[in-house]
Amino acid sequence: MNTYEPIIGLEIHVELATVSKMFCGCKNDPFFASHPNIYTCPVCLGMPGGLPVPNKKAVEWTILLGHALGCKISPESKFDRKNYFYPDLPKGYQITQYDQPLAIDGKLGNIQIRRVHLEEDTGKLIHATVEGKRVSLVDFNRSGVPLVEIVTEPDFRTVEEVDQFLKKLQQIIRYLGISNADLEKGSMRLEPSISVRLSESTKLPEYRVEIKNINSFKFVKEAIEAESMRQMHDPKERYQATRRYDEKTRTTVLMRAKEEAQDYRYFPEPDIPPMRFEKTYIEELRDRLPELPDAKYARFMKMYSLGDQDSGLLTETRKLADYFEECIKITKKIGLVDKISVKRIANWLINKRPDMETVLPAKFIEEIRNVVTVVELPSEEITGAIAIVLETKKQAVEDYKNGKEQALMFLLGQVIKKLKGKGDKQIIAEKLKEKIASYGR
Amino acid sequence: MKLNTLTLTQAIEKLKKKEFSLSELYSDIQLAIEKQNKELNIYLKVDEDAVKKAHKKENEMLAGVPIAVKDNFLTVGLPTTAASKVLEGFMPPYESTVTKKLQDAGGVVIGKTNMDAWAHGSSTETSDFGPTKNPRNTEYLPGGSSGGSAAAVAADMCIAAIGSETAGSIRQPVAWCGVVGLKPTYGRVSRAGVVAMGSSLDCPGPIGKTVEDCAMLLNVIAGKDPYDATTLPQPILDFTKNFKKGVKGMRVGMCYIDHPQLVGTPVDHAVKEAGNVFERLGASVELVKLSDQIKLNTILTPDYAISLYTIVQRAEVSSNLARYDGIRYGNDRSNFGEEAKRRVMLGTFALSKGYANKYYLRAQQVRSLYIQNFKQLFERYDLLISSPSPGYALPLGASTNDPMFGELQDFLVEPSSLAGLPGISVPCFRDPSTNLYLGLNIMANYWQEEKMLAAAYAFEQSTQWNSWIKK
Amino acid sequence: MKTTKKSTITFSPQDVKKIATLAKIPVTSAEEKELAHGFNTTMEVVDKLFNVDVAHVEPTSQVTGLINVFREDEVDATRQFSQEQALANAKQIYNGFFVVPQIIDQP
Repeated sequence: MNTYEPIIGLEIHVELATVSKMFCGCKNDPFFASHPNIYTCPVCLGMPGGLPVPNKKAVEWTILLGHALGCKISPESKFDRKNYFYPDLPKGYQITQYDQPLAIDGKLGNIQIRRVHLEEDTGKLIHATVEGKRVSLVDFNRSGVPLVEIVTEPDFRTVEEVDQFLKKLQQIIRYLGISNADLEKGSMRLEPSISVRLSESTKLPEYRVEIKNINSFKFVKEAIEAESMRQMHDPKERYQATRRYDEKTRTTVLMRAKEEAQDYRYFPEPDIPPMRFEKTYIEELRDRLPELPDAKYARFMKMYSLGDQDSGLLTETRKLADYFEECIKITKKIGLVDKISVKRIANWLINKRPDMETVLPAKFIEEIRNVVTVVELPSEEITGAIAIVLETKKQAVEDYKNGKEQALMFLLGQVIKKLKGKGDKQIIAEKLKEKIASYGR
Repeated sequence: MKLNTLTLTQAIEKLKKKEFSLSELYSDIQLAIEKQNKELNIYLKVDEDAVKKAHKKENEMLAGVPIAVKDNFLTVGLPTTAASKVLEGFMPPYESTVTKKLQDAGGVVIGKTNMDAWAHGSSTETSDFGPTKNPRNTEYLPGGSSGGSAAAVAADMCIAAIGSETAGSIRQPVAWCGVVGLKPTYGRVSRAGVVAMGSSLDCPGPIGKTVEDCAMLLNVIAGKDPYDATTLPQPILDFTKNFKKGVKGMRVGMCYIDHPQLVGTPVDHAVKEAGNVFERLGASVELVKLSDQIKLNTILTPDYAISLYTIVQRAEVSSNLARYDGIRYGNDRSNFGEEAKRRVMLGTFALSKGYANKYYLRAQQVRSLYIQNFKQLFERYDLLISSPSPGYALPLGASTNDPMFGELQDFLVEPSSLAGLPGISVPCFRDPSTNLYLGLNIMANYWQEEKMLAAAYAFEQSTQWNSWIKK
Repeated sequence: MKTTKKSTITFSPQDVKKIATLAKIPVTSAEEKELAHGFNTTMEVVDKLFNVDVAHVEPTSQVTGLINVFREDEVDATRQFSQEQALANAKQIYNGFFVVPQIIDQP
C-alpha cells in the first residue's frame, strides 16, 4: 500500500505599516479609510505621467525582516515590472522584485526561506449589483501600499508545522514593529502550495497547486488538509494549477490551470534607479534588530530563572516583555528587590494582565508594594481617616451595628482606600472596630 | 512688425521696457492662430483665457509670454490627449513639473500642440486628430513627434514652445521646420506629468526661434524633481551665461556622413559645410569614420541602433500604455490608432516568454556598446556634429503604411539618444526652391549642454540660416 | 511563428491574435493580416541586432548611473487627490468607487 505525504510551501504577503505608500506620498491606511478612493495620487492611481519614487523606510524594514529570518541581504537589488491586466492594477503592471530580491536564503526553525522581497499592493475589488447589473467596484486606497513577500522552500510536511511557522513569523514581524500582521484586516495574507508524493521518494514533485483566498490560521490548515486529501485520492489532479479555498464547502475550487499560466514579461523598472548597499550599511541595519522572541525567551529562562511556560507567556509580545523588565528595573531602583521578587512580578503580570496603556510599570509596582509591604503610619492619620469615613458612610455604620458583617469590610475598604493602601491592615481594622463601637455615643 | 514674430529674448526685453503691452502681443498671436491653425492643424486646443493669465505674470522672469506646449504634457485646465482618441476629453487633475515650472517663471501655456499619437512617430501624421502641415511648405510634413510645437514656432503662432524627445522627436521636427530645438541630457529635465513613451529615453526640451531662447527655457525647466527618481542632482547651471563663449580650441568630430545613405546627399554637403564654419571659428574639425564594430576612434554605425531602439522603445511603450484601460479615465483600448497598436504589440512580443532574452536582453547589451563607443569618442572630441535627419522634410502622406517610418527616419539620433546624451539642432541650410530646411545636430557629452549651446550660438550667428536673426 | 534559415521570425495572423490578447489590444481579422505583414517587415530590421558581438557585455537598462534614490516615509498632502479629483475623469462611478463590468477570473 503506497503512502503519500504532502509537500507544502508557503507564500506570505505582509503589509508594512509605513506612514506613506511604497512609491508615493499617499497615506498608507487602507483598512481604516472612511471612504473609497481618498488616498490616491497620480502615481498610485496610474495616471498618465505618474512616476514611482521608493519609500526608504519600506526598504529598510524589508532588510530588517531579512536579517530577522537569517537571510543573506543582496548587496545589489532592484525593482522590476510584472505586466498583467486587472482592474485593481492601475498601471497595468505591478512594481515588484524579480531576479534580485532584497533578501535570500534564510531559515526559521527547520524551514528554509527562499526569498524576501518588496513590492506594491493592488487596489481592492468588490462585487456588487448596481442598477440591476453585476459589476465590480474598485477602490484604490490600498493601491501602492508596501507589501513584503516571503517565500519558503517546500519544506513543510504537516499542518502543525505550518501553523507553528506562521505564528512564529507573525510574532517576529510584530516584534520588529513593521506591521500589525493581522489576518482579519488583510495585513498578512497566506498562500500555501501543495503537492503530494510517495513517502519513500526524495524528489520534489514537478507540479504544485497554489491556494488563494485564505484569511485565517484556521482556514489555512483546513485548506491544506482538504487539498492534500484531494490530490492523494486522485492522481489525475496532480498538475500545476491555482485554486481558491471555499470555507463554506471546505473544498478548493479550480481558478486557473497551467496552460493558462500568465506571461508577466518581467523587465527592470526603468523609472527607479537600482539599489546598492554597502556592507557597513547592511551590518548597521542588522545591529538595529531588537532581541527576537526566541532569544528573549531563552534569556528570560536563564536570567530570571523562569519556567518554560512563564517565559513563553511573558515574551509573547515585545510590549509585555519590555513592561516586565521595566518593572524589574523599577523594583531595583526603589530598593525593594528583597520584598518584591522577579517571580512575584511575573505571577502578578501573568495573572492580573494589567492594561499596559493606562497602568504604567511604576504604578503596577506600587500596587504590588502596597500589598506586600506594610508602610508604617502615624496613628493620628489612621484615626483621622476612620473619622471621615464614619461621618460620610453613616448608613454602613448602622448596617454593621444591625448585624451586617459585610458593612465592616466595606468600611475597612473605604479607610484603606483613603490611606492609599498604606498602614498595617490589622491595626487599621482594630482601630476601626474601636471607633465604630464608640461612634455616636 | 507683427509682435508674434519676436523671439523669446526680444519679447521679454521689450515687454519689460513696456514697448508694447501683453494684450497687443497676444492679439497678434491670436490673429496668427486664427489665420493659420485651421489649415496647418498645429494646435489641438488653444486657451482662450491665456491673455488674462498673462497679465498676472507681467513681473515674472518670462513676463507672461505665450508658450506652446506639446499635448503629452499634463496641464490642469486644458485637455491633454497625447493626440490619441484614447485620451480625448481627459482633463488632468495635476500639472506636469515642466509646465508648472514654466508657469511659476511667468510663462503662459497658450495651447496644446499636435503630435504623433503617444509620440509614436517622426511625422505628426499618426495623430488621431489629423496631420500638421509644415509652415515652411504646406505640402510637406513638419516631422515628429513634436511636429506641432516645431511648427508653432516656425509659423510664429507662439513665442517659444516645449516638446519632448525619445529619439529625434525634438531635433528632427525642428530641422524639418527650420527652427531650434534642444534635447537635454536624460535626467536633466523631469518627466513627471508627461505621458510616458520610452521611460529610459524620454526627455522634455525647449523649442525656440533662436539658440538663446532655448538656453533661457532650459534654465526654467531643468532641475532635480522629487517626483522623478531619474532626475540627477546636478547643479543647475545658468545656460544663458556662457553660450557666447565661441568654439575656439574645441575638438569637433563630424559623423555619420560616410554612411551609405548619406554619402553625396544634401545632408553630407551641409554637415561638411558646417564643419568648415566651425574651423573658421577656431575649432579643429575632423571626420569620425563609421565602423560596423567598436574600434578605436570610429563611430559605431547607427544601423544596429535602429533595431535596438525599436525593441527597447516598443517594449517600454507596451508596458507604459497598459494603464489605458478606460476605467479610471479615458476611453477603452479599441480607440488606439494603428501605429500605437503596432508598437504595443511588438513591444509585448519582445518581452514575451521565450523571446525576451533573445530580443530585449540582447538589445540592452547592444545599448551598452553604444554607450561605450560614445565614452571613448568624447574623450577625444568636445562635440560631435551630424544631421538629425537623413534629408529634407518629406511630403504629406510619406509615413502612411510604413510600419517602421519613425524608427528609420530617426536612425541618426538613435545612438546618442539611447546613450542619454544631449543634442541641439539648428538650421544649417535652406533650399530656396522648396523653402525646406536642413538641420545641424550638435551633440555633447553628458551634462555638457553649455558646450553645445556655445557651438550652436556661434554657428547661428556666423551663418544666415536662422530666419529670425537679421543680418 | 516560423523561423527560416535567415533566423528571421515570421508572424502569421494567428500569432498576431495571440499577441493581441496578451497586450489587450482589440484587433479585427483584417487587422491581424496587416499587422502580421508589418511585424515581419519590422523583424527583418530588428534582426540586424544579431550581427553584433555582445559576448561578455552587460545589458544597460538605466543610463543615469544613479543608485539609491529614495523618498522619506512622509505623507505628501500636496499630491494626494480628493475623492472628487480621483473620480473626475471616470466614465462610470458609484458611491465613490470606480465601476467595471463584473470580473470573474482573478489573475
